[in-house]
Amino acid sequence: MLTPFQYLLSGIYLTRYILYSRHELLLFEALQEGLEEEMERDLRVCVMGEDVGHYGGSYKVTKGLAKKFGDLRVLDTPIAENSFAGMGIGAAMTGLRPVVEGMNMGFLLLAFNQISNNCGMLHYTSGGQFTIPIVIRGPGGVGRQLGAEHSQRLESYFQSIPGIQMVACSTPYNAKGLMKAAIRSENPVILFEHVLLYNLKERIPDEDYICNLEEAEMVRPGEHVTILTYSRMRYHVMQAAKTLVNKGYDPEVIDIRSLKPFDLYTIGNSVKKTHRVLIVEECMRTGGIGASLIAAITENFNDYLDAPIMCLSSQDVPTPYAGTLEEVTVVQPAQIVTAVEQLCQ
Amino acid sequence: MKAFISCKVLDFPGGKVVFSPEMRFLSESPSVYSQCYRVLDDNGQLISHNNFVPVSKEVAVKMYSNMVTLQTLDTIFYEAQRQGRISFYVTSIGEEAINIASAAALTSDDIVFPQYREPGVLLWRGFTLQEFANQCFGNKADYGKGRQMPIHYGSNKLNYFTVASTIATQIPHAVGAAYSLKMDKKDACAVTYFGDGGTSEGDFHAAMNFAAVTESPVIFICRNNGWAISTPTSDQFRSDGIAVRGQAYGVRSIRVDGNDALAMYSAVHSARHMAVNEHRPILIEAVTYRVGHHSTSDDSTKYRPANEIEWWRMARDPVTRFRKWIEINGWWGSEAESQLRSSIRSQIAERAEKPPVNDLFTDVYDNIPSNLREQEKLLKETINRHPKDYPADVPI
Repeated sequence: MLTPFQYLLSGIYLTRYILYSRHELLLFEALQEGLEEEMERDLRVCVMGEDVGHYGGSYKVTKGLAKKFGDLRVLDTPIAENSFAGMGIGAAMTGLRPVVEGMNMGFLLLAFNQISNNCGMLHYTSGGQFTIPIVIRGPGGVGRQLGAEHSQRLESYFQSIPGIQMVACSTPYNAKGLMKAAIRSENPVILFEHVLLYNLKERIPDEDYICNLEEAEMVRPGEHVTILTYSRMRYHVMQAAKTLVNKGYDPEVIDIRSLKPFDLYTIGNSVKKTHRVLIVEECMRTGGIGASLIAAITENFNDYLDAPIMCLSSQDVPTPYAGTLEEVTVVQPAQIVTAVEQLCQ
Repeated sequence: MKAFISCKVLDFPGGKVVFSPEMRFLSESPSVYSQCYRVLDDNGQLISHNNFVPVSKEVAVKMYSNMVTLQTLDTIFYEAQRQGRISFYVTSIGEEAINIASAAALTSDDIVFPQYREPGVLLWRGFTLQEFANQCFGNKADYGKGRQMPIHYGSNKLNYFTVASTIATQIPHAVGAAYSLKMDKKDACAVTYFGDGGTSEGDFHAAMNFAAVTESPVIFICRNNGWAISTPTSDQFRSDGIAVRGQAYGVRSIRVDGNDALAMYSAVHSARHMAVNEHRPILIEAVTYRVGHHSTSDDSTKYRPANEIEWWRMARDPVTRFRKWIEINGWWGSEAESQLRSSIRSQIAERAEKPPVNDLFTDVYDNIPSNLREQEKLLKETINRHPKDYPADVPI
């Protein structure tokens, strides 16, 4: 026999379940779901990339799409990143909304000319006459022993290109939301996924939702220190946060999500509260997202800082293949704990 | 005893391959250079046994007037650059037939992706001399809002994609656009122009390949004018020009006399028909000569003989050649000629306002983001504080 309170609780849960029903999936499935929903919603959305068609994509993000929407809307391209990036740009200015997949973000270095000189610039140099509503996406970051060429952090190189937006997803929820928002945006958007996050599981809402492309995500509110991170490093930070909480610290963790432009509103409010900033990134120390973030925070919020900003990044080395070496090239939770302890002295 | 069944043919993934016991290398060059299609001889007379697409008097006269206008346009702006009134200019001297005849064979729905030596296509479609001037002077009325160097024209209403300084990047764009037109089942194709030098870029190779694989309605027009700044074609490639490369990609191709307006017209007209109705790419190599310098930053007499340039300018001028043909037909005369030439010069005004400073920040994205607003604010504050260090005629 349930108490009245228990009846009330079960009633609340039932209502929530009905109103906010959810389903569980993996991150790559969330990306696929977002892409599929947008392709249904807008017939102009199409996909281009290597092995994206019947093979379903190297990481299965485009699985099932060729079968459902046909070969014309899910195009298998020859191996020429400069060219299919260019094709995507040409298709975009003619009215399609292409989603271009780089099999690995590192391969998009070949498309740099098209992305910088054309994708980012043509809306501007044409005087606003032509828009390029393209989404360029793919997995990047350090994986499990994929070697240096397959472990690139392209956000470092692309962040300077005017005219593009960059976002990085880290959970199934924001992966789907950012994919949908990127497709609906009129600007060219680069969506950074991470090779090691594709199998993360989460329950996400059934109803239609998008995430704001320019907003950061508050992962864990806190009082002592602001930890800014994105993509895979979010998980190393949260692991460190557990240790830190046990040691009596109260870190505020923000997943910045929007790499270009930075959400200085959310970041600023956090800095004003905690006065201490630690950036944890996977980019290399020189010229990475962290470097730009330090500059932006120092410029805007210097008066609120009690200590110099600390930034934990990968070293300026190509990513080695050997597992033990690769592990030390990426920021580990122990380093994060040490850094917070130092920062809060 | 079992008979030995010898294998003469094998099914590779790419198709059936016939074997041969004789080791034979394919030659690097053909025994005969690929033929060049021509309709009018050097004196503007029709060559017998030709199969050209006929043009009406109206179209022929319009083509000629446009070719003359293009020549005049080039002269005016080249002189303006020499006088310091604009910073830079690129002429199309010697390539007027390629420009105008190809434009005449297309429809206004066909989307054009130019390199930078094809203003004639815009001219044909109705871009006025004043609009050309606005872009070159970078004034307030420029559709590009003063953001690009001179000759980087663009007009979405005339389906002419904005010129980018990068070489050959427009070629894959054209394939993407063609793909889009095919998906939308439109009665239109994409057309892209590039020079002999542009065919060395990776984008050319990849785009040709893509166009063939995706069966896209795109026309590739290569203006083989013999020079890529100072690099002659003998240093650019060792193939027999460009048209032969089509087969390597599975693209139908033709080599045409680029200085023969009728041949250009016929080739582009037929190419368009095939592209749109058969969903296939076509490659046209228009053989010509770059009579002018590469640009106003170049002096081509430094790397080629002046008498060679003069010979092509006078003896091989596509405009005079076409004029002879329309005069033979009784469609043109010297009075019409002088009337045309005098009417062109009067069409351009010069004094116009510069674009305002806030156009520096618009169109980078669809809406101006906060970081750019801040940068704009900072710039305006600086200008207001030190007005003497900034030009007085630029509105803020």
